[in-house]
Amino acid sequence: MTEGLVKETIYGNFFKETLSNIQPEWLKDLREKSFAVFTAKGFPTLKDEDWKYTNLAQLVREQFTIRKNENIDAKKISQLFSETENENRVVFANGIFNAELTNISDLPEGARVLNLGEAVEDETFGVTVREHLGKFVNAETNGFTALNTAFLNEGVFIFIAKNTRVETPIHIAFVADGEAASFPRVLVVAERGSEVTLIESYLRTGEAKYFTNSIIEIVLADDAKLKHTRVQRESHAAFHVTTTAASLNRASVYDSTNITLGARLSRHDINVKFNAEGAEAFVDGLYLVSEEQHADTHSVIDHAVPNCVSHQNYKGIVDEKARAVFNGKVFVRENASGTDAQQSNKNLLLSNDARVDTKPQLEIFNDDVKCAHGATVGQLEEEELFYLLSRGLNEDLARNLLTYGFAEEIINKIEIESIKKQLDEAVLNRLHANLEA
Amino acid sequence: MLLEVKNLHAGIDGKAILKGLNLQINKGEVHAIMGPNGSGKSTLAKVIAGHPSYEVMEGEIIYEGKNLFDLEPDERAREGVFLAFQYPVEVPGVSNSQFLRLAYNEKMKHLGQEELDPLEFNDYLKEKAKVVEMDSSFFKRSVNEGFSGGEKKRNEILQMAVLEPKLAVLDETDSGLDIDALRIVAAGINKLRDSEKAIILVTHYQRLLNYIEPDFVHVLANGKIVKEGGKELALELEEKGYDWVKAAAK
Ligand SMILES: Nc1ncnc2c1ncn2[C@@H]1O[C@H](COP(=O)(O)OP(=O)(O)O)[C@@H](O)[C@H]1O
Ligand SMILES: [Mg+2]
Repeated sequence: MTEGLVKETIYGNFFKETLSNIQPEWLKDLREKSFAVFTAKGFPTLKDEDWKYTNLAQLVREQFTIRKNENIDAKKISQLFSETENENRVVFANGIFNAELTNISDLPEGARVLNLGEAVEDETFGVTVREHLGKFVNAETNGFTALNTAFLNEGVFIFIAKNTRVETPIHIAFVADGEAASFPRVLVVAERGSEVTLIESYLRTGEAKYFTNSIIEIVLADDAKLKHTRVQRESHAAFHVTTTAASLNRASVYDSTNITLGARLSRHDINVKFNAEGAEAFVDGLYLVSEEQHADTHSVIDHAVPNCVSHQNYKGIVDEKARAVFNGKVFVRENASGTDAQQSNKNLLLSNDARVDTKPQLEIFNDDVKCAHGATVGQLEEEELFYLLSRGLNEDLARNLLTYGFAEEIINKIEIESIKKQLDEAVLNRLHANLEA
Repeated sequence: MLLEVKNLHAGIDGKAILKGLNLQINKGEVHAIMGPNGSGKSTLAKVIAGHPSYEVMEGEIIYEGKNLFDLEPDERAREGVFLAFQYPVEVPGVSNSQFLRLAYNEKMKHLGQEELDPLEFNDYLKEKAKVVEMDSSFFKRSVNEGFSGGEKKRNEILQMAVLEPKLAVLDETDSGLDIDALRIVAAGINKLRDSEKAIILVTHYQRLLNYIEPDFVHVLANGKIVKEGGKELALELEEKGYDWVKAAAK
């Protein structure tokens, strides 16, 4: 089946169905334009430089139903969450907001969490949404961004008012329960001096084949601080394509940790742009894939202005026949003197069939900067392994413990206990031991 | 007899390093193995522990009546063999206490004894850390990472204290220690000495033996034991140096 035909059938039909009753007019325009782009461009192919290692042929062939939400198993979904974790939780099931599973009762006065579809029409927030939505991603060049924007409807708008400190994290969970395709969208606007922790998670009730195409846009005003933990645990049959875009203003701090565990095929684009001096970004991540999983991370950190600091630390653990791709571009523009940019990507291959393609790229157009980057691909250290064996750990345990040690730096960045625990277990999956100490 | 090394020939990359070594060790004994650099002391230690880079070309080692070479390195450890490394390995991202508890519990499981949960183990570990006067701040740190040379050696003896081996091979545990650290480590080893355990002290210098009195001293040169005696042999070596044993080995 050709791409054109797919668009005609599933995406095209869905677009026609949903567009009719869209308000306001600007959103309708944006969606129409985006759909036109998607129709013209389609999905990227291996010929696109940014997609040369990630083959989408399987995804293109799939006939998903879109935003299917009948027969959601709310009980099963609720079991995916920690009962003890104190958080404001917004739950989407197959891309559709689920009021029953959502609880955002622990927000201070200055923090608002709205359904995006309502926010665009909101008297107070409609203007803010319009000002920022789609401004940090490019729906004209990226087919997935175009597709998500064409279907823009379900999602979250988070607004943190000036100097508001949100103590309890806001957790947005996208749960797949079945075979649907979903196109969630999140816009976070953190006003001057505000502080918030955002958890973005992708979960599933079973091992279905489905497609998630999401976009998270984040705007940090001067002195705003946002901690962002993203945990992708899609089913191992699923397709997952996400873009995170953060726009940083003066002295703001964006601290993101991106964990990739799931999906048959995943692609995460994370783009951070410095718009004013004194801002700092941490763009860290861990991908842990096995079987025939494929995980692709593309990041762009753009030092467009002077005196900003970026730290990037990505680690990869690739087992069995899995494959990972890391492409990290750091731009230091001509006027961006005083930039401090550190980038590192280390990979651990646990099998002979595992593969990593890593490409850290620093593009520096200014001399007055402090920049370093590096990438490694290696195996477990034999001397470390023998050391553990010599203390009586069996070989599986020793290998798992060393693997855990490799990932620990990233895992320990996560302050949310329930997520950290899940991650401990995922990394130590074959380790039948309790690691608390 | 706890350990019997019979006509051991072993080496690396096809090159023989140990060339017919014999050694007999009973429970409760402390044996010092001395010898010039490159004589094969660490090779012997690694072969006992089962390091995969070393190959055994001839001979055998009987440990508690079993052929040691039938056991994998981790099985040897669970059966009570312990090697304190000359150069302890750093294990980034794995905390000392996690590591020690896993090792301890693996051994307990093997012996059919009760494993300890994190809280119980923490108490146990605190007790054991007193043996080498080690501060509990070391428990949470990654194994040996960023430890000074002396701290690494102390950490080896802490591991020995936790795992309570029947046969401990301490490979130059004294090297790199200042005099205070040497005294602490030696006192720790003496505390762990008892009638059920045997210790092989591999050392280049006599200094350690002032603190830990060996029952036997063996001098290794060119892959063979060339001289054996009581603790007074160590003093003789101190006085005369190794040249005369080297000459004897040729
Ligand atoms: N990994 C190795 N590769 C090659 N040669 C080695 C290796 N380890 C030890 N040797 C050689 O074996 C000999 C004995 O070494 P070793 O057992 O470490 O001696 P000692 O501990 O008595 O100083 C030396 O000549 C040394 O160079
Ligand atoms: Mg040595």
